[in-house]
Amino acid sequence: MTLALLQIVAFLLGAPLLPGVIGRVKAVFAGRTGPPLLQPWRDLLRLAGKGAVFSRTTTWIFRAGPAVALAATLAAGLLVPLGAPAALVRFGGDFVLFAYLLGLGRFATVLAALDTGSSFEGMGAAREATYSAVAEPALFLGLVSLARSTRALDLSHMLGLQLQPVWWTDGPALLLVAVSVFVVALAENARVPVDDPSTHLELTMIHEVMVLDHSGPDLALIQYGAALKLYLFGALVVRLSLGALAQEPWLAFAAFLGGQVLFAIAIGVVESTMARLRLLRVPQLLIGASALSAFALVLLLR
Amino acid sequence: MSAPLILASVLLTSLSGGAALALRRRPEVGQRFATALLVTGALLGIAGALIALGGPTPSLAFRWSTPGGALSIRVDALSALFLLPILGVPALGSVYGLGYWPQATRGASSIRLQIYFGLVTGAMALVCVSANAILFLAAWEVMALAGFLLVLTEHERPDVQRAAFVYLAAAHVGNLALFALFALLGRLAGSFEFAAMAGLPAGAAASGWIFALALCGFGLKAGLVPLHFWLPGAHAAAPSHVSALMSGVLLKTGIYGILRVTGFFDAPPPAWGATLLAAGAASAVLGVGFALAQHDLKRLLAYHSVENIGIIAMGAGLALLGRTYAQPALVVLGFSGAVLHVVNHATFKGLLFLGAGAVHHATGTREIDHLGGLSRAMPVTAALFLVGATAISGLPPLNGFASEWLVYLGAMQATLAPAASPLQLALIAVPALALVGGLAAACFAKVFGAVFLGHARSGHVAHAHEPPPAMIAPMGVLAAVCVLIGLLPVAVLPALSAAAAEWARLPPDVVTDLAAGGVRSAARISGVAATLLLAVGAVLLWRRARLRGPQPAAPTWGCGFARPTARMQYTGSSFADSLVLRFGWVFFPKTRVVIPAGPFPRHASFDSSVPDTVLDVVIVPAAGRGARFAERVRAHFIGRVQFQALLVVLGLLTLLGWYAVW
Amino acid sequence: MRAPLDLVLVLVVLVDFFLLASSRPKTGIRAVAVQGALLAALPVLLAGNGLHAVHVVALAAGALVVKAIAIPLLMNWATRESAPHRELAPIVGYASTLFFGAVGAAVAFTWTSDLPLPIPGRHPMLVPTAITTAWTGLLLLMTRRKAVTQVLGFLVLENGVFVFGQLLADLMPVMVEAGVLLDLLAAVFVMGLVMFDLQRAFSSLDTSRLTTLKD
Repeated sequence: MTLALLQIVAFLLGAPLLPGVIGRVKAVFAGRTGPPLLQPWRDLLRLAGKGAVFSRTTTWIFRAGPAVALAATLAAGLLVPLGAPAALVRFGGDFVLFAYLLGLGRFATVLAALDTGSSFEGMGAAREATYSAVAEPALFLGLVSLARSTRALDLSHMLGLQLQPVWWTDGPALLLVAVSVFVVALAENARVPVDDPSTHLELTMIHEVMVLDHSGPDLALIQYGAALKLYLFGALVVRLSLGALAQEPWLAFAAFLGGQVLFAIAIGVVESTMARLRLLRVPQLLIGASALSAFALVLLLR
Repeated sequence: MSAPLILASVLLTSLSGGAALALRRRPEVGQRFATALLVTGALLGIAGALIALGGPTPSLAFRWSTPGGALSIRVDALSALFLLPILGVPALGSVYGLGYWPQATRGASSIRLQIYFGLVTGAMALVCVSANAILFLAAWEVMALAGFLLVLTEHERPDVQRAAFVYLAAAHVGNLALFALFALLGRLAGSFEFAAMAGLPAGAAASGWIFALALCGFGLKAGLVPLHFWLPGAHAAAPSHVSALMSGVLLKTGIYGILRVTGFFDAPPPAWGATLLAAGAASAVLGVGFALAQHDLKRLLAYHSVENIGIIAMGAGLALLGRTYAQPALVVLGFSGAVLHVVNHATFKGLLFLGAGAVHHATGTREIDHLGGLSRAMPVTAALFLVGATAISGLPPLNGFASEWLVYLGAMQATLAPAASPLQLALIAVPALALVGGLAAACFAKVFGAVFLGHARSGHVAHAHEPPPAMIAPMGVLAAVCVLIGLLPVAVLPALSAAAAEWARLPPDVVTDLAAGGVRSAARISGVAATLLLAVGAVLLWRRARLRGPQPAAPTWGCGFARPTARMQYTGSSFADSLVLRFGWVFFPKTRVVIPAGPFPRHASFDSSVPDTVLDVVIVPAAGRGARFAERVRAHFIGRVQFQALLVVLGLLTLLGWYAVW
Repeated sequence: MRAPLDLVLVLVVLVDFFLLASSRPKTGIRAVAVQGALLAALPVLLAGNGLHAVHVVALAAGALVVKAIAIPLLMNWATRESAPHRELAPIVGYASTLFFGAVGAAVAFTWTSDLPLPIPGRHPMLVPTAITTAWTGLLLLMTRRKAVTQVLGFLVLENGVFVFGQLLADLMPVMVEAGVLLDLLAAVFVMGLVMFDLQRAFSSLDTSRLTTLKD
């Protein structure tokens, strides 16, 4: 039980460290020292202390958007095993709720962006809605493959110890699923090669351009929510590729945290070595991810 | 006890419009009286259905002089569950009509509308409870004709006439299929009573035909792709509360028919479930694709009905597959998902159509790209519409999620099937549902964003105002139902699983275990939903504490551009464009472009629309060609007496030959 | 011995998917080279109890040299002159070809176990991989415009045949070796000639220009 609570504490406190790790990796690749690992936390606290400027066009939807998005991500965190053997809440079909809660957060963010009446934010919202709609089948096909290989319908078992023997019998298929889920994680978290979080041209952005008009505490909520979402997808990728690693729960927890750091490093490496895709190519990447998980599922169903 | 209640309800609702006609000298009183009658009737029926759900199955029978017919009604769990939305939505719609289509100003068209509105409600209820094929067909015919007359409410407009006649033609092709269907069923069972038809073996040669006819006849009513072609036009042409009735519940009679007929058979062959599942998946994906491409608010909502019917059909297909392969879990989950989605879609689609009506009422246009910024002038309507939009996108914590979750879970049962079992094909439902969920959320972000958010795009919005309370209240009730079912799916699960057991003739003890598991999961969903709401509240409180005092206001950041105008906003069409591109293989968009020319271009315009592929690309051109051919044939041959005589002789000879062979 | 073989076959299919989605001839050539190297590993991994050790090594080495090194180098050299960096818009979109490729793979992997093959199966995934690869080659041939990518399609088709040939490798090793390698050389020569002619006639590698030729 302590571990079950501890995983939530690690989730709430540790999530903003992942962008910190990514930033450090990118700095190392660029030959710079880079910001300290705790920089995201400092940014969050600084933003939380500021006032906010609101566009005259906006309504309550704009103000509620970040709060709903963050709350939805928090609720989704209840359903994923974040290092402990099981999630806080688990039941058959909880992965549907997980995916749809993230969908609710996205819906709120998109509406908040449209509420400003800015064409740039409309553009970002349209892209976010488009790419996530194409990413959804890839994620679900991956989850179905997991369900098939573990014969379980809840995330805690789908990503639990049952996964270990499957790696021996159906390793290639699980590898495909892992790659596919990693691609979905990159797309859902607006990372290269789908979106470049550090670009400075509004026309090419996706996620960052949607939140142009948010400031102060609202922006802090958005950035914190983004970090939490990254941590959740990291949990999926880590649990999927490492399994639970160890029978001993505390050891498994430590391995999980190490895995999250590796996940952030992997993203940093991808961001440092790859260019952002042209926007027209992004759906192809996601359809490719769907094809991978569909192929994995076919392999598992044989 | 409950059967007379429902019979009274059928009579009261059918005749309620008469009050409007009788009191036409005092239009306001007349409309209120008619509405009160319809609401009373609906409440009686709902009470009857609820009693029937709790207790033994009531039935009633009277003699009827029609050959093979009997006035017998029977309210089993399936009927009772369908009765709830079928009576609830029209009752709320008629209250909405008090403000939307007042008899005082609309005069005769309002009286006609109320007569047919009551009639269609009563006929739908009768369809759901009749236990005799002849009675069913009679009610079905009344329902189809009253629906046609409802679409024709604004009969002076040519687009309404076209939509209504397409509807009439489609409805009668469907009726023809149903006559054949029940003729076959009657021969197979030896009686036209539904009671005699239960438990038919599915192996008989005729049963394949019966299923195909049911899929055509009922699928045409439900709007499964490619039989959906009549639906967008008809639902867009009717007044909004009529659209709410048609889209919300009239389509569901088709689903009821499919479930009823397939319920007659024991161990249906695998092809039935697979066909229904595939048709549902195609309807769901193509329906939402077409919806994305629309810029007329009501046409868009109508295409979303095609999508949701697809989801329901997928659930029904899974349930059938479950019966084929003797998987009770699949039966219960698929059936519960389908029937709960019937109820849910009735509530949120009703809500959305009523909201669209409020927008039309306030602005006089249904063009999404002419609207914008309505949430300031109509905050209550906007909030209620947002509830509907969130629910139809299947997002928690609203009711759309509950039913889609059940369908997902049903499809996931196939992962537990042994290797190389054909049941595994059911897994196709999962990525299809996921895609549809993402696309629906994108589509409703487009609708809500373009209509209610941002700046006004045209002068239509200038005088927008909140509709009268008679229009707000029904929307409020529907939104409350959306929230309630979404937060407490536990409340409806036991009734659904009991109905599934009755439909599939499963032993009750098999279902109780499954239902108990479902209830435990549903309770956890409620828990997570409650956490979500608490978290939203807590974050909002934190935010309010941080942002004490007035905050500076500024224009929207235009990325350095100094003079942004409302016309520069992203429109609904541009929002959906990159997704619509993905459907290029089935869409045939029409664009008209006037390219700006010269150094000081005067006029330039761009106009695009995506016509329905089935109706406008296939049926209408083919029908035109057929008509021209017939015209030519008539001019050449049939105009002559000699040729007609030859035709008569040939016909006689063919008949004689037929008898000789058989 | 099963797990590495599984992995190689899965990777071969992955390269198929990658080829369907890739838009640059350069990356396509590299992917075909990778696929060739993977295929070269097949005879070794499939080798049973060392009956045909010489042939196994010959086949593997031959495939490695021809498929993974020689042909890619040749193609690189051929494309360097005109250097078409990007494929023209394909006749059918990338996403659609990828979708059809995935459907083909699903069908191949689901239903090939029902195929009545006269030869005993050596590995359950061999035939479906062969069919998927051949199908990918056909898709590339059908949907792409540039001669370079069409040659790639032909090579992938050949790779599919090579995988299928592994079924026969035990029965008639020499035939398989000779047939596969000769086929490939012929293909490259023919396509090389086509490319050369196109280049000379139109200074472009777009095959749709061929339709403007009259006799």
